[in-house]
Amino acid sequence: MDFLAQTTASGMPVLLPWCVLLLPLAAAVVIALFTLRCERLSSALSIGAVTLSFAGSVFLFFFAGPHTTDVPEQKVYWLDVGAFKVSAQLLVDRLSALMTLVVTGVAMLIHVYSRAYMQGDLGFARYFASLSLFTFSMLGIVLANNFLAMFIFWELVGVSSYLLIGFWREKASAADAAKKAFLMNRLGDFGFILGILIVWGILSSVGGSTQFDALRFDAIAQALASAERFEQFAPWATLAGLLIFCGCVGKSAQFPLHTWLPDAMEGPTPVSALIHAATMVAAGVYMLCRVIFVLNVPGSDAMPVIAWTGGVTALLAALMAVQQDDIKRILACSTLSQLGMMVMAVGLTPLQLTDTDPNWTGPAPAMYHLVTHAFFKALLFLGAGSVIVALHHEQNIWKMGGLAQKMPWTTGTFLLGTLALCGVPPLSGFYSKDSILALAAERNPGFFAIGVLVAALTTYYMTRLVVVGFLGNSRSETATRAHESPPAMTWPLRILAALSVVAGFLGIEHFLAQHFNANAATHAVPWWELPFAPFNHSPLAAGFGLFAVMLGGSAAWALYRYAASDPLPEKLALLSRAMRNRFGFDEAYAEVVAKTQDALAAFADWFDRWIIAGLMVRGAHGTTELLGRALRLLQTGNLQTYAFFFAAGLVLVLALVLFGLHSH
Amino acid sequence: MNVGLEHYLFVSAALFCLGLLGVIVRRNLLVIYMSLELMLNAANLALVAFSRFNNNLDGQLMVFFIITVAAAEVAVGLALVVALYRERQSAHVEDLASLKL
Repeated sequence: MDFLAQTTASGMPVLLPWCVLLLPLAAAVVIALFTLRCERLSSALSIGAVTLSFAGSVFLFFFAGPHTTDVPEQKVYWLDVGAFKVSAQLLVDRLSALMTLVVTGVAMLIHVYSRAYMQGDLGFARYFASLSLFTFSMLGIVLANNFLAMFIFWELVGVSSYLLIGFWREKASAADAAKKAFLMNRLGDFGFILGILIVWGILSSVGGSTQFDALRFDAIAQALASAERFEQFAPWATLAGLLIFCGCVGKSAQFPLHTWLPDAMEGPTPVSALIHAATMVAAGVYMLCRVIFVLNVPGSDAMPVIAWTGGVTALLAALMAVQQDDIKRILACSTLSQLGMMVMAVGLTPLQLTDTDPNWTGPAPAMYHLVTHAFFKALLFLGAGSVIVALHHEQNIWKMGGLAQKMPWTTGTFLLGTLALCGVPPLSGFYSKDSILALAAERNPGFFAIGVLVAALTTYYMTRLVVVGFLGNSRSETATRAHESPPAMTWPLRILAALSVVAGFLGIEHFLAQHFNANAATHAVPWWELPFAPFNHSPLAAGFGLFAVMLGGSAAWALYRYAASDPLPEKLALLSRAMRNRFGFDEAYAEVVAKTQDALAAFADWFDRWIIAGLMVRGAHGTTELLGRALRLLQTGNLQTYAFFFAAGLVLVLALVLFGLHSH
Repeated sequence: MNVGLEHYLFVSAALFCLGLLGVIVRRNLLVIYMSLELMLNAANLALVAFSRFNNNLDGQLMVFFIITVAAAEVAVGLALVVALYRERQSAHVEDLASLKL
């Protein structure tokens, strides 16, 4: 047991990351097994575990040096079968430490918020158990140091997402949405595991050494850096990259598997905030950043596909959000769109030509946007939850309105979140979005145009949401009786609002760039220059970003300032309907799935009826019975018949022995 | 005419076939019994013939055994037939079909 007390080379106790990971699991297990009936105790356990976990990740963050540390440092294997080795170590570096901090921090706030939001729900304890299970699984993805562990936690995250989307399981729509999310994710995960197998299969077969552990990220990175192994891998690079990207397409809800995310809003709103906005859907982007060395290799065509998928998702989802009326669906489409931006940014990452290229910062812009987005999107969802509770589960923005006076904290923080999401300087969203736009401007004008267009649309639909939903006069009876939510709900909003405002000044991008490339030329800009850094660094991107914000904002302001109903359907009849129906993907999928499934079912039915039941079961039964009936005729009971058969048999055998067999 | 081994064997085979035929076609148990004895004696004849022509006494030794065993067998078999007749009032094989369910 002495290794428990060990510390790593950087002085970090070995127990620290393990505690961060396992505390939420412990809470989930204890709640599920013992305290399902004690609501207060269950929520206290869950909140306590995630708070301790957060405290642990703060320490972890300070211990995370520039180098990757595996904890514990000596190799410990969970499975060790020949070349198939699954290590049981946790990976601590800047990337995972930052992500751990974001996950536990946002999760902690949302746990606290949930306690007020879910008050009086019948499944209160079950809710917290699932939430803790989710936190554990998400931390597992972040801290995994090999592909297989990551995949296991990847699936666990899918399960907890399933449990939480379908939390109100008595509601048919929630149960369906949970099923849909799970199946869509499975589609993507199937590709992911195939990609993992290809990488492992190719890399572990080269050289024939069983000591080489081709599932570990650092081992894969090293292998790809060596010419001999890379030569073996190169023909497979595109395929492997695309298959691994499939995992991201499912989990981060990219086109064409994006349809599950808007439906996932059937879950409780804090769940939408934590899982379907801030953390889980970002896991896909995190994974891409983690394994960027597999995707971004010379000769691989995976990166352009990733970039285009992200760009298409961003644009489509932004267009969908323009005509949604459900406050959570607007935010869900916006999440899709922002995830698309992140994936696009990953896909635009240039090749690292030399190890010492000071301009190469890896997928830092994508990770940067992921972090800031986690803050303001969680804030927006929690704000929406606060409104939804105040309006007795009314989610249609056209039945809200006039909330600014009645719910000042919610409205104020929501407004800050909106400004951050739109990318209004000096809020965090401006800086992270700007770094993506700058990257796109540098790499490809097409993506730059998409980015600017998405930014304009984002501002448009968020302004529409705020103007219609929060400002003006109350649009319904319930909205007039709305009142501010309890402090347990507004405090998380305030903290997240503060983070959304300042996250641009914390040097996150510099920190990430240093992680991806220790020689990166980005230097920590002094704080007084930070607000204007984008204008110095890439004036084109910053200018267009601002222009998009102004364009989208003023258009929405002009259209919706005094509107009683949405004027857009009249102006853009067909297009508006398409946007409202989210371009008919759900219907098309339903159609295709129904057709293929019907055909498959009909074939399976035919096969079962005629081949299995008819030919095999009835056939075997019929042959046996017929044979039995025929043989039964021989059993006459007559002594002399038996004597005759006996004699005839003897003659037959004799004949065979004497003439048949002997002659050969 | 020189009588050879084949002649003996031919007679023996004829006797055996007649016995077998009797076992298969006759209805009365006692006649079937006699046919069985005929088959045994056909075998005895063959053995004696072999013994004689091969100048080897093993065959004759075997015949004595067969005669002894046949005598014992007749005693047991006839007792069974008598017992059966007392039970069923019949010595015909058609009436002894209780093997069939």
